Amino acid sequence: MTWSATARGAHQPDNTAFTQQRLPAWQPLLSAGIALPLFFCAGLAFIGLGLGLFYSSNGIKELEYDYTGNPGTGDCSVCAAKGQGRAPPPGCACSWSFTLPELFPGPVYLYYELSNFYQNNRRYGVSRDDAQLSGLASALRHPANECAPYQFRSDGLPIAPCGAIANSLFNDSFSLWHQRQPSDPFVEVPLDRTAIAWWTDYHVKFRNPPLVNGSLALAFRGTAPPPNWHRPVYELSPDPNNTGFINQDFVVWMRTAALPTFRKLYARIRQGNYSAGLPRGTYRVNITYNYPVRAFGGHKLIILSNISWMGGKNPFLGIAYLVVGSLCIVMGFVMLVVYIRYQDQDDDDNDDE
Amino acid sequence: MSTERDSETTFDEESQPNDEVVPYSDDETEDELEDQGSTVEPEQNRVNREAEKKRETFRKDCTWQVKANDRKFHEQPHFMNTKFFCIKESKYASNAIKTYKYNGFTFLPMNLFEQFKRAANFYFLILLILQAIPQISTLAWYTTLVPLLLVLGITAIKDLVDDVARHKMDKEINNRTCEVIKDGRFKIIKWKDIQVGDVIRLKKNDFIPADILLLSSSEPNSLCYVETAELDGETNLKFKMALEITDQYLQIEDNLATFDGFIECEEPNNRLDKFTGTLFWKNQSFPLDADKILLRGCVIRNTDVCHGLVIFAGADTKIMKNSGKTRFKRTKIDYLMNYMVYTIFIVLILVSAGLAIGHAYWEAQVGNYSWYLYDGENATPSYRGFLNFWGYIIVLNTMVPISLYVSVEVIRLGQSHFINWDLQMYYAEKDTPAKARTTTLNEQLGQIHYIFSDKTGTLTQNIMTFKKCCINGTIYGDHRDASQHSHSKIELVDFSWNTFADGKLAFYDHYLIEQIQSGKEPEVRQFFFLLSICHTVMVDRIDGQINYQAASPDEGALVNAARNFGFAFLARTQNTITVSELGSERTYNVLAILDFNSDRKRMSIIVRTPEGSIRLYCKGADTVIYERLHRMNPTKQETQDALDIFASETLRTLCLCYKEIEEKEFTEWNNKFMAASVASSNRDEALDKVYEEIEKDLILLGATAIEDKLQDGVPETISKLAKADIKIWVLTGDKKETAENIGFACELLTEDTTICYGEDINSLLHTRMENQRNRGGVSAKFAPPVYEPFFPPGENRALIITGSWLNEILLEKKTKRSKILKLKFPRTEEERRMRSQSRRRLEEKKEQRQKNFVDLACECSAVICCRVTPKQKAMVVDLVKRYKKAITLAIGDGANDVNMIKTAHIGVGISGQEGMQAVMSSDYSFAQFRYLQRLLLVHGRWSYIRMCKFLRYFFYKNFAFTLVHFWYSFFNGYSAQTAYEDWFITLYNVLYSSLPVLLMGLLDQDVSDKLSLRFPGLYVVGQRDLLFNYKRFFVSLLHGVLTSMVLFFIPLGAYLQTVGQDGEAPSDYQSFAVTVASALVITVNFQIGLDTSYWTFVNAFSIFGSIALYFGIMFDFHSAGIHVLFPSAFQFTGTASNALRQPYIWLTIILTVAVCLLPVVAIRFLSMTIWPSESDKIQKHRKRLKAEEQWKRRQSVFRRGVSSRRSAYAFSHQRGYADLISSGRSIRKKRSPLDAIIADGTAEYRRTVES
Repeated sequence: MTWSATARGAHQPDNTAFTQQRLPAWQPLLSAGIALPLFFCAGLAFIGLGLGLFYSSNGIKELEYDYTGNPGTGDCSVCAAKGQGRAPPPGCACSWSFTLPELFPGPVYLYYELSNFYQNNRRYGVSRDDAQLSGLASALRHPANECAPYQFRSDGLPIAPCGAIANSLFNDSFSLWHQRQPSDPFVEVPLDRTAIAWWTDYHVKFRNPPLVNGSLALAFRGTAPPPNWHRPVYELSPDPNNTGFINQDFVVWMRTAALPTFRKLYARIRQGNYSAGLPRGTYRVNITYNYPVRAFGGHKLIILSNISWMGGKNPFLGIAYLVVGSLCIVMGFVMLVVYIRYQDQDDDDNDDE
Repeated sequence: MSTERDSETTFDEESQPNDEVVPYSDDETEDELEDQGSTVEPEQNRVNREAEKKRETFRKDCTWQVKANDRKFHEQPHFMNTKFFCIKESKYASNAIKTYKYNGFTFLPMNLFEQFKRAANFYFLILLILQAIPQISTLAWYTTLVPLLLVLGITAIKDLVDDVARHKMDKEINNRTCEVIKDGRFKIIKWKDIQVGDVIRLKKNDFIPADILLLSSSEPNSLCYVETAELDGETNLKFKMALEITDQYLQIEDNLATFDGFIECEEPNNRLDKFTGTLFWKNQSFPLDADKILLRGCVIRNTDVCHGLVIFAGADTKIMKNSGKTRFKRTKIDYLMNYMVYTIFIVLILVSAGLAIGHAYWEAQVGNYSWYLYDGENATPSYRGFLNFWGYIIVLNTMVPISLYVSVEVIRLGQSHFINWDLQMYYAEKDTPAKARTTTLNEQLGQIHYIFSDKTGTLTQNIMTFKKCCINGTIYGDHRDASQHSHSKIELVDFSWNTFADGKLAFYDHYLIEQIQSGKEPEVRQFFFLLSICHTVMVDRIDGQINYQAASPDEGALVNAARNFGFAFLARTQNTITVSELGSERTYNVLAILDFNSDRKRMSIIVRTPEGSIRLYCKGADTVIYERLHRMNPTKQETQDALDIFASETLRTLCLCYKEIEEKEFTEWNNKFMAASVASSNRDEALDKVYEEIEKDLILLGATAIEDKLQDGVPETISKLAKADIKIWVLTGDKKETAENIGFACELLTEDTTICYGEDINSLLHTRMENQRNRGGVSAKFAPPVYEPFFPPGENRALIITGSWLNEILLEKKTKRSKILKLKFPRTEEERRMRSQSRRRLEEKKEQRQKNFVDLACECSAVICCRVTPKQKAMVVDLVKRYKKAITLAIGDGANDVNMIKTAHIGVGISGQEGMQAVMSSDYSFAQFRYLQRLLLVHGRWSYIRMCKFLRYFFYKNFAFTLVHFWYSFFNGYSAQTAYEDWFITLYNVLYSSLPVLLMGLLDQDVSDKLSLRFPGLYVVGQRDLLFNYKRFFVSLLHGVLTSMVLFFIPLGAYLQTVGQDGEAPSDYQSFAVTVASALVITVNFQIGLDTSYWTFVNAFSIFGSIALYFGIMFDFHSAGIHVLFPSAFQFTGTASNALRQPYIWLTIILTVAVCLLPVVAIRFLSMTIWPSESDKIQKHRKRLKAEEQWKRRQSVFRRGVSSRRSAYAFSHQRGYADLISSGRSIRKKRSPLDAIIADGTAEYRRTVES
């Protein structure tokens, strides 16, 4: 076989590493030298991570209260009972009291949790118009078809913000009161309700339509609020940086949850005396009970929690890491035993060749 | 009942088949055979028959009419056939050929139509339409459209490139030129403008542009030599002869221009050696047959100019009619893959239906009470479930991998290119690289069970060389120099002293030359003189160089050897032969040529020396010669021993002898001979008898030994393939002796092989059939088949069977049966029923026999079928294909192999030879048989492993990807919510996971090519379908399902109640989608990394590149800029940056990937340690093996003792040219008076015509 470059035939293939399938290559083999250390190292690393995660998760303090108002569970049941139907009575109030024997270390976050609420239902999830929410004037007047039946009001006015998600905006509100000593009056704990949404959502994804004569209300003229809303979108908050489409409660709500049980951030507690956390004492959360959940078997919870480097309390990941890490170690030993057991036999085989 | 028995027994109790003859010709079709039968038809059946005749729409008639030099004639309206509604087309095809499929306008619509005919593409088209329905559209329109466009585009580009190549080739052929009479003069026109009825002129070495009737040529009697290599692969020349009348009157241009003959002949058909027609000219009619027809594709040789009339042009020509149907072959994996896609499709429907039911239930339980879900349509839960069924079909459509087919095609294309590029399959001598002519069968090369090989030109080079001889009891030919001392250095004999030597003969025995030159032993010179004079070779001088044209390559080799040894045959006329004897030219009068035929197995020539004595020279097979030797032959025993030695070296032998004849004796004999040669009946037999009288009391001169040269590396290749558990069957048209000889030469047969012949097989099969019948006939069908071997195990057996026996055994006797059935034409309904019943029984019996035969043959380690027709070759291949369900490969070089090449799963053509027919119909072609081992053991094995790995991974990857939606359904009310962003779904199959697996499919090698060849045992994984079968498929699916579970449930656990590091945005849908998608992309890309055993830098680059590409594109699509531009198309703004800055999410991703991959690593490690596969072991010891570079070549353990000798004359295919020589047709009229002897009746005929 001549493949000298001198006497090349016209049809002679090229002699390159690629065409001759001789590309330099690394041919890794799953040998014991690789597999066993891999498993032992991975196992140890995972156990380490797992322990870290587990302890930081355990270190997180959480207080939660189910205020759905099922009969016999506190004073919210009154409100719940009143709003048996679809429309709850406006402004029904109830409260939740608790006592902290010691400091609840900060920063403390106030969440509300809804369960059995399918924000991830596809029909619900698509019922929004991101063009409208990004402040496009044309989309404001002509909401996308996905918003139906919350696209136009019966009188033909376009609904802004359109769609089922906006229509079902969570509208309970909370305030936190603190009583240092049993005899002291309740002091309102300042709740930081700004910057509870993602920066990108607040600054990019949600934009108000261009102001008309400096007025947001005029910009929204000719649109109707969603049927379930009691006030138009531009009156969600008196703060001009927190109203309209960029109202943070609204933005948080519009970021739909992955699972039917979800928490959403309501407020941060980091101001004044409470920047280090909630000092001990008695607390009362005043709840304006508006949002009906009992019809679909849902629950409403209010949660106070602090966080660690890894976020909120969730023991799952720590435990999972510990389990996987231990399994790795066990597997490593199994493999070691098997390897020792079969190695000799393997060598015998090769001698036969 | 009795009638049925009769007919059956008639078949069985036939006389023994004749091993010598090739069974009925392939071209005798059913209806021809029936025609013969109809002559003995009884009168009373005529009525019935007439009725049936009417039903037969097509009768063979001479309805094809051609008028010379009259183009208008063929344009008459009644020659028009209606094609579409009103478009009419002439029934005479133009000579332009068209093999391309599309032109500029039709490409797009036709190509799209072709592509949508494929089930997968059509499926995605349907999906696209479903997605356009708003009620059920669950995915954005682009998720299906983008991949589909990509798939269609790639296929379309491939088709376009193919078609452009076809356009080019057509154009090249159509624009060849040729001389045609136009307006009374020969003018040069292009091939495509030639029409039926044109008179054309062809020169030496021209290709024939159409099927033409030979009118005249520059040779005497208007002979014309053609080379038919293109048609049948035979390189020896064939001669065609024009009619006497056209020869006489149509020699010059003016006459040709006014030629107005009218021809009626059969319609175009594909029978290459049949033609019937009539020429009407000058108020006379002349019959035409195939001897007067030159076929398109042949080449004119040895003839300066010839003229012809175009009868069939273009698509009507026989070569085109033959090349018509190309069978579309698909691989086993293709079929498997299709079934798997159907399986997945069914799974898809079931899963969707289940989820739809779930949705209906959920709606009834939860959805209906969830006020926030109100959508204004008061649809019932079941209707919503129905809509969601379609929704889920769309969401889960990626379970059926859209890019599967196109990726498979890309991989196969790449693998085909690797075959084309392989330097080790490139034959430098003929500058022929290997070529994968079909790009769809590569992985099947790794699954071959049976190889069917042609002999001539495939195993052998079809070159005969003079190797050794035995003269007067002394053997010459082994290496020996003049002084009879062996030297370590082997020197070739120098022939330069001889002006006629062609310098190509390699001979090592210097002593023989010395003998010739010294002339001490007169027998030595006599021996070579005999070789130079006793033959029917024709000589042809080109530029002073002597060129021999022999009827058989053996004879050519002998005459050529004689020439090299100083006895050069120079010229022959009708009755003389001129020979140069060591430089001096002498002319001998030829008194008679006693030609070869297969019964005589010898040929003789009687010459008168210039001195006046008469001698007979004879050469022939040893068996027939020894019977006719004079009792007093001193060297008889020595020669016999020499013959045995030659035979054991697998050389083909011939015995040479001579005798002096008295003048008186000759005249006496000559009278008898003349009488016999003009005998009107049984002339051949009479002649044979006369020959017999003179060929006796011969004096033995010696024996020749010719080597039928095997191609390089054939025995090594065969033994290697045998080690890979591939069975090799040789199918050849040659005689039994040749075939057996070659079997030994290429070590398919060895001394300890027990050879079974047709008779043995037949009796074995008979007893088997009896046993089976006794066991209960039809009811046995339902009993479990008992496997009982025909032979006791442990012995090495070979089967040699001839075509006639094959027919006998397989009850393939058409002629007989059709005759018998015809004679007993059914009269009543009862009889008809009986008839059909008996036919069915016969069918059943035939099937049973075929199955038994195949079982039996497969027990033998080697099978050689000789004297088989092309059709039988195909039949044998088909039998194995059918009853063994094994993958077959046929390899051949000639047109007689085309049938088998097309029938086998894979056809391989030997290219670089003259004939192209086999190559044209093959799937792979290369120049040497030995490349087969590389094609199968290296390319085939790699392709198979790559394809299997690819498919397994592909199904896994798509299941892992798609089923996350399924698990997510349980948490979103079965609402067909996707678990990923739409853009991710769009690009996953196209960008994020396609390149690494494609590269693995192209480049992966578990062991190197050298090791693959060294350990042929590695090949069996493909034969046994070990790497990809239903079990493996389901394991892959299960792996995918488990991966998807991990991919969903670990993030689910992590998301159950989490909040971010900054307390924000705890567990939103978009972050979840990004988490799962990131884990998925990393997992599947690492998984392919685990699967890749050959990491080149491109692999590494593609794997990490895919992951990087994923993150890059995701961050782009989630960026603020793109949302501002397209707010509704890109809704995931900021998700990537917000989610992926959380360590918590990264920890989730890491855990998910680890849980997906670590078990795989563990299982692989354990299975490799506990049950290592062959390739694992070899990989493990790669380094050590590399060190022992050299491997022992298989020792040729081959010594044959006394065995049957093999006579070269038994190998000759056909009669010599003796008739032609003695009739003087081929020899120019420049010589002696016509008083010479007349050897044949034809010469007489010629004289009468001339007078």
